[in-house]
Amino acid sequence: MTAADKANALREKFGDLLSGPVEFRGEVALTVADVNRVAEVCEYAKKELGFDYLVDLSGVDNYGDDPRFELVYELYGYGHGCHLRLKVAVSEEACEAPSVSGVWRAADWHEREVYDMMGIRFAGHPDLRRILMWEGYPHYPLRKDFPLAGKPTEMPDVAFTNPAPLEGGPFVTNPGACSSDKREPRAKSFES
Amino acid sequence: MSSVKDIEIKDAAARAAEAAAGLDATDDMHGEKMVLNMGPSHPATHGVLRLTLELDGEEIVKAVPDVGYLHRGDEKIAENMTYNQFIPYTDRLDYLAPLANNVAYALAVEKLAGIDQALPPRCQYIRVICCELARISAHLLGLGAFAMDVGAVTVFLHTFTQREYIYDLIEELTGARFTTSYTRIGGVSRDVPEGWLTKLEKFIGEVRVNIDETEKLLSRNPIFQDRTKDIGVYSAEEAIDFGMTGPNLRGSGVDFDMRKAHPYLVYDQLDFEVPIGSKGDCYDRYIVRVEEMRQSANLLEQCIREIPGGAINVDDGKFVLPKKEKVLTSMEELIHQFMLVTQGTNLPPGEVYFGAENPKGELGFYIHSKGGGTPHRLKIRAPSFVNLGILQHLLPGHMISDVVAILGSLDFVMGECDR
Amino acid sequence: MQTTQEIGYNTKVEGDVTVTRVDAALNWFRKNSLWPMPMGLACCAIELMAAGASRFDISRFGSEVMRFSPRQSDLMIVAGTVTYKMALAVKRIYDQMPDPKWVIAMGACASTGGMYRSYAVLQGVDNILPVDVYIAGCPPRPEALLDALIKMQGKVAKEDVFSTSNAD
Repeated sequence: MTAADKANALREKFGDLLSGPVEFRGEVALTVADVNRVAEVCEYAKKELGFDYLVDLSGVDNYGDDPRFELVYELYGYGHGCHLRLKVAVSEEACEAPSVSGVWRAADWHEREVYDMMGIRFAGHPDLRRILMWEGYPHYPLRKDFPLAGKPTEMPDVAFTNPAPLEGGPFVTNPGACSSDKREPRAKSFES
Repeated sequence: MSSVKDIEIKDAAARAAEAAAGLDATDDMHGEKMVLNMGPSHPATHGVLRLTLELDGEEIVKAVPDVGYLHRGDEKIAENMTYNQFIPYTDRLDYLAPLANNVAYALAVEKLAGIDQALPPRCQYIRVICCELARISAHLLGLGAFAMDVGAVTVFLHTFTQREYIYDLIEELTGARFTTSYTRIGGVSRDVPEGWLTKLEKFIGEVRVNIDETEKLLSRNPIFQDRTKDIGVYSAEEAIDFGMTGPNLRGSGVDFDMRKAHPYLVYDQLDFEVPIGSKGDCYDRYIVRVEEMRQSANLLEQCIREIPGGAINVDDGKFVLPKKEKVLTSMEELIHQFMLVTQGTNLPPGEVYFGAENPKGELGFYIHSKGGGTPHRLKIRAPSFVNLGILQHLLPGHMISDVVAILGSLDFVMGECDR
Repeated sequence: MQTTQEIGYNTKVEGDVTVTRVDAALNWFRKNSLWPMPMGLACCAIELMAAGASRFDISRFGSEVMRFSPRQSDLMIVAGTVTYKMALAVKRIYDQMPDPKWVIAMGACASTGGMYRSYAVLQGVDNILPVDVYIAGCPPRPEALLDALIKMQGKVAKEDVFSTSNAD
């Protein structure tokens, strides 16, 4: 069975909950319409379709779109060698998704990282706390409205942060086509 | 100038008194269990990993790993750079095998661009040579550090000497000892220099002897076996469930290697075996790594024999900078050069995931692009991050001195784990 | 055999004795046995290890023991990116080192934050520690580290041993 067949089997089981499959560069992606049922879809994919390996779980921030966040589950099955991608949209108000750490234990740390970086909470996660930044850090760094330089914070006895001196550039840019004269500094006249 | 921050650290006695005052209020019978902090700065934690261990005498009852001490914000930086500009950051992910990271990243971006099938064969062979050399280098250091932590200090010096020869080769090829930034989108940055392949062949002969020597020092050594056999055992199902990849997965008996299952570059034309462990203990993972080094040496020999001549970059001005003589004389190349340098390669919108078989496991890049020269989201699926997730489950039940052996056998790199 | 003028003593008569200042003697002892505390955080730690391995042997400069215990070392080599999460640990370890102590910031990340101008990276370890020698490079070659060690030795040789304020 190819990945497209697996995707169609998943679609037959869940009907309108899934849309797709979309093929791009040889990969198959399905979009799950309701975030609250994504754990169900994942469990079916693991138990019935043999996707026993959760390769990756990432969060994407589409700032300006509604719903704002997107969770991307990258699945693989050792038995059949097919990749499958499941995408589900998470709105900013709810900012919550069911945890799949009961389905694959690898999801434990992946979900902690998504929580740390994007702020999406996972219901049913055994130990949801920050993993890359420290407990008590008030911001979610990978959100688009958080600047690359960072914001000043202070937690005595734990950590502090200061914004990095980016001086307005280089490498501060809006994604999409952007020419380097807006991204990188040019010879400036002295204006101290 | 930079500002100076004054940090007041209370002295140890005051902190202990504070901690003890808070302890009376807990339910733990604090006379029985001890909490030991294998802190971020520790010789055997292979980088900045913090383990908080709850001990009942010598036995571990609970282990809480704390990562993120080397979190540098790579993924956010990637959203602000063109694809080629991000290559130096990929070097510093798994900093023991930078060439392999470069190749994995370049392949991921080329998959998005749709040119990964159009890479010229010479470029593919060069990339395979880079990957396998990086694999030998990473395993040498992994084994050296593992052996040093377990007690065999000499092995570390032997493997480091071999790594210095690898560094010499890599320096001649790329210009830097490590942190090479060698690949580019659409090819590699420069061709193999004259006589390099002969030197590589000579090196392969030497490294084979050295691998045999290292194995003689360790494999049948009763002390090493006592410290690593039946320690840190996890089954194949657990390995798959926890998402382990690479030698950590194969040590438990799962016959899976990305290079065989989903071949990329020219691995489908090369002949090599994949070593598999049987029990899933530290010793099996060690043996898998030693055998993998031997297989890498075989692969390198095949590549040296079969490498064709020809171009090293994709012949497409939209991805690869054109030759300088053309840029200065011809209009089309001038425009390509201008667009590539100012805006970066213009990649189509879409999402792609590509995973490569790195020495530490499966290094994957998930690129979500909305068009243009910078990614909208670049997620690095780091094998060490996922591999460390098993520690909470694996460590309880072992003794404190086994922790060192387990950490060494898992062979992780914090640069990759924390990105 | 001394063919030039006698400098003050004759070894045949008085034995192999040198007369010098206490400062110079103590500094000579200290600089030729700087025991490093390797704060190996990231990629520079690999070059630090290579400097300690057999090709670039750091022990010929006296840094024989790379003690991971701060209480037994006098030179802290911060090798690698210092993140904000790690900063307090680095400072705490520095505080645990007994005087006299010195710091080498190895590599671009330890000196100024390097190429990681982001929310999580401390832009230079000199924000929290007094650094004596900075080494440029990403990563610096082991020879650069040895060069910095020699500069460090030169700095130690000029120290005023009996002054009470060492850390500045």
